[in-house]
Amino acid sequence: MNETEKKLAITNFLKDENNREEDIRQIVDICVVGAGHAGCEAALAGARNGLDTVIFTVSVDSIALMPCNPNVGGSSKGHLVRELDALGGEMGKNIDKTFIQSKMLNSSKGPAVHSLRAQADKQAYTRCMRRVLENQEHLTIKQAEVCELLTTSRTPDEESSATKQIIGLKIASGGVYLCRAVVLATGTYLNARCLCGEMITHTGPNGLMAATHLTQNLIDLGIEVQRFKTGTPARMDKRSLDFSKMEIQKGDDRITPFSFSTDPEGMQTEQAYCYLTYTNEKTHEIIKANLDRSPIYAGIIEGTGPRYCPSIEDKVVKFAEKERHQVFIEPEGLYTNEMYVGGMSSSLPEDVQLKMYRTVPGMENCVIVRNAYAIEYDCIKATQLDHSLGFMKITGLYGAGQINGSSGYEEAAAQGLLAGINAAMYCLDKAPITLDRSDGYLGVLVDDLVTKETREPYRMMTSRSEYRLLLRQDNADLRLREKGYEAGLVTKEQLDYVKEKQRIIESEARRLKETKVGANKKIQDFLLSCDSTPIKTAVSLAELISRPELSYERIAPIDEERPVFVIQNKPRFEIVENPLRKQSSSRSALEERFLDLRFLEKEEAAKAEEASDIEKQILADICRQINITVKYEGYIKRQEKQVESFKKIEHKKIPADLDYSAITNLRLEARQKLDQIRPQSVGQASRISGVSPADISVLLIYLENLKKES
Amino acid sequence: MRTDTIASIATGRNVSGISIIRISGEQAVAVADRIFITKEQKHILQNVKSHTIHYGYVIFPTSGGEEEKEEIIDEVLVSVMLAPKSYTAEDVVEINCHGGITVTNTVLEAVLHAGARLAEPGEFTKRAFLNGRIDLSEAEAVMDLINASSKAAVSNSEKQLRGVLKEKIESLRKQILHETAFIESALDDPEHFDLTGYPESLDEKITRLLEEVTALLESSEEGALLKNGIKTVILGKPNVGKSTLLNLLLGQEKAIVTDIAGTTRDVLEETLMIRGIPFVLSDTAGIRNTADPVEKIGVDRAREAAMDADLVLYLVDSTADFDEEDLAVLRMINDKKVILLLNKSDLEEGLQAKRISEALTKSEISQHHNIVRILSISAKENKGIDGLKDVTQELFFKGSLQTNDQIFITNMRHKEALSETKQSLLHVRESIQNGMPEDFYSIDLMDAYTSLGRIIGQEVDDDLIEEIFSEFCMGK
Repeated sequence: MNETEKKLAITNFLKDENNREEDIRQIVDICVVGAGHAGCEAALAGARNGLDTVIFTVSVDSIALMPCNPNVGGSSKGHLVRELDALGGEMGKNIDKTFIQSKMLNSSKGPAVHSLRAQADKQAYTRCMRRVLENQEHLTIKQAEVCELLTTSRTPDEESSATKQIIGLKIASGGVYLCRAVVLATGTYLNARCLCGEMITHTGPNGLMAATHLTQNLIDLGIEVQRFKTGTPARMDKRSLDFSKMEIQKGDDRITPFSFSTDPEGMQTEQAYCYLTYTNEKTHEIIKANLDRSPIYAGIIEGTGPRYCPSIEDKVVKFAEKERHQVFIEPEGLYTNEMYVGGMSSSLPEDVQLKMYRTVPGMENCVIVRNAYAIEYDCIKATQLDHSLGFMKITGLYGAGQINGSSGYEEAAAQGLLAGINAAMYCLDKAPITLDRSDGYLGVLVDDLVTKETREPYRMMTSRSEYRLLLRQDNADLRLREKGYEAGLVTKEQLDYVKEKQRIIESEARRLKETKVGANKKIQDFLLSCDSTPIKTAVSLAELISRPELSYERIAPIDEERPVFVIQNKPRFEIVENPLRKQSSSRSALEERFLDLRFLEKEEAAKAEEASDIEKQILADICRQINITVKYEGYIKRQEKQVESFKKIEHKKIPADLDYSAITNLRLEARQKLDQIRPQSVGQASRISGVSPADISVLLIYLENLKKES
Repeated sequence: MRTDTIASIATGRNVSGISIIRISGEQAVAVADRIFITKEQKHILQNVKSHTIHYGYVIFPTSGGEEEKEEIIDEVLVSVMLAPKSYTAEDVVEINCHGGITVTNTVLEAVLHAGARLAEPGEFTKRAFLNGRIDLSEAEAVMDLINASSKAAVSNSEKQLRGVLKEKIESLRKQILHETAFIESALDDPEHFDLTGYPESLDEKITRLLEEVTALLESSEEGALLKNGIKTVILGKPNVGKSTLLNLLLGQEKAIVTDIAGTTRDVLEETLMIRGIPFVLSDTAGIRNTADPVEKIGVDRAREAAMDADLVLYLVDSTADFDEEDLAVLRMINDKKVILLLNKSDLEEGLQAKRISEALTKSEISQHHNIVRILSISAKENKGIDGLKDVTQELFFKGSLQTNDQIFITNMRHKEALSETKQSLLHVRESIQNGMPEDFYSIDLMDAYTSLGRIIGQEVDDDLIEEIFSEFCMGK
């Protein structure tokens, strides 16, 4: 805000005679409430746009905390991180700096479902992100509990049906921060309650302070809230586990970075092991015998928990026929002995937990460092938001992460980035930036949240994305760099490179389709040498590439006109500093035992020549895109056609102030649902459950009529 | 909102001299051109001017055997009206064909086969409105029409889908959803679910699914999926010869019966053509098979059987009394067209007829004109059956008997959906055989699931996610 705007803000604030000028602590553009994965991205997006931003947290030591699983990515979540990175977010870069094991999941399946997952060194992750925040210009960190949002009234118009507008917020000390936009990223802290059997504490995760004032304020502002639940398993002392009874889980031989700007060569490193073991009949017996002491089954928990991430109690009850469940033992970091027990989250009391864990092979003598617990918290009904993640009733107010009813670090971070971008766009008087279902997983995530009434914490899944062949993790930069540039978070250089890459891929794909080879001896010999059947008549190179045994790289010897790509806009890769390597000399013998050191052995010789061969990286990247484009052309074309018809109806906008009660030809149920969710487009309306195709036809005609009348 | 090319029968489908099939959309001319040839056997429609009429033939590719042959189905007049000067303001082609049910149906089928989609209720009008061809004052009416016709279509579809067929579709969907959910669970949680060897087992399942879908599709070809024809019920007291008459009619004419359990037998109906007109004969089993000889025809039971009927054949044993009980039934169904059949007419025919007429006159029934004809027959000796056929044919061509349009349309819709299902399943098989990765299977499996859902009016919504969560144990 400039000086005039600041003065105006003060005048507005003092209109209410209860307000005192001496309470004003700071006048900024954006306030972000919460410094978890959503909050961090939101704050960075604001500050990087040159807007003064304050980020509030109940504890500065818990910035970008990972209170549950020690990893980033995984199926479809990995896509979100890649998309976030393409848009100019931080999570991908941060995990590239702090991972201790990395794996491309589903690598034997189609390219659409390849998904990256990295184990994080939790402490390093937190520390690293905190440094980024602390050193970001225009950004300040404030440790305080936010207890009230300050608003003023406004008149609704065609653009927005909001009746209120944000002017600032108040913290528990009484201090006031005046601002234009607020991003709520409160995670699981609102009225949080942790349950471990009969032991109930009114705290957030890890015993951190809960936020007890804000919910009531939100309700007073007319925002609908609901209560969700989630949980986490116990952490064990590494020294008490017998890993010889478990299977070792290694990372990939070749590590793929999350960020499009990380140098892939420079990040190859030694990796930590994870381990796999299983529950058994005995485990299940103990759980069944003690169900009455589980707060969920005893009816003490009111919140709705996620079905995809069930507690071990839930698994044993719901899938009674399964004789065993997998248990993944994952390190919480390199320089800690805590191990995460994936697959066995629970809210059973401590004594039962201990008994139950000790039935698992390798855990017979386990020592629990932190108990498993369930956590309940308040969140909002996200149907009150629009696709910019802004509240429809209050301009300048945005929501991101678990407060919107989602779960997961990646879902939170991606929303945080989008909410932060739009808070920035709002402050800059620019149009909001949104993603639709054909733009990315983030588009699917947001559309699902704001359109469907979520009844449990929402997790991203590849099956939720109808155009997933187009929304691959390998092409997130091609899809989203442009939007990131619009959002002020991607440089012109980065955008130019992606555009150039796109042009090369397209022209190569075209050339391969147009270039034919005849059934001459050279070709046939080549095909035979590749164990590929000879051709009968002339075929295009594209047709050859689409054979499973061949690829763009493989047919190079018979592709005589293949051009040499000269890249004008070479991207600058960042060499990441990995905590692993830095401290290798000071590692203890115990710490070394849990490391996969294969990389170290070949490191020195190999690295020297391979290091940062950017040309090679770019070429490999382009080859991959060409192979996918050519090999799956049929399916890709099909989805592109679907996207085309999807876009048509998605572009039919609905005025923000449409009075549904006036459309009497609509069925009552449809009228109510539409009025409640207030879709922004006819396309979104068609995805609301309870709205039929006939209702959509009626709506279309009504809108057409409205247009003609005006 | 779909903007593809749509087609439907624009005229009511009773026996007028001419029926019109309307095609609208970008591909309208191309679609029509595929199935229309001139006398000189030429495809010309792509090159004709707007607002012109052309004489020629509609052809339909007949499958079967190695090579595809084309067969002429009807002699037609085709009008071409290019955008924007047409009813919908899109390219429109109208095919004027001969009004017979079978012919009209076949021409429509040929059009759909050539690439058009069956129009949704009210869709032509909707397009006309959205393209500005209909006045604003009519917007209300258009919305009402869409609303009403979609309701009617839904209720009709529900009514037509008999229990067993519905169960069959639901079971197919369930299997498809289960497989998809398994694949998706494995993709979302690759460390918990292993797909090794799965493609082979899926291939076997797809083979079975394909068999079932193909069988359903074949039965829909024969019109037996839904009973499309004049619904006719044979009523009468026990032992008047109802079953003999039924068997006689079925034996003489080609009954359309499929061996798919349930599509025909379970609903106790037979479709047959009498002189080229489709009839659905309800074999009022409860009445026929009664074990108790003294059981009387319950008035309720008769009403139930006759409720949906277009025509009632009321059978009287002319050697027995025509009594109050018969009159009670006839009174009950007095809104139906009834042909009164005097069976066992080898005995003193005239006398009996006269006696019954008198009885009818005495009661108030004759005033309602619901008894369109009184005929004497002998089912046992196969006498008078030709006379009965003459009468039904006459009634049909005079327009006093009609088949139900909605049923035909519904059947067509089902067939379209089944064909799409089959295509999608074939795609899955192709992907398996080409060694495509597993995630490609679920794309086509979900398409098959969606197509099947259209038959029973089910939207997809979050079915897949629900199935994943309820059937497969996910995650951390």
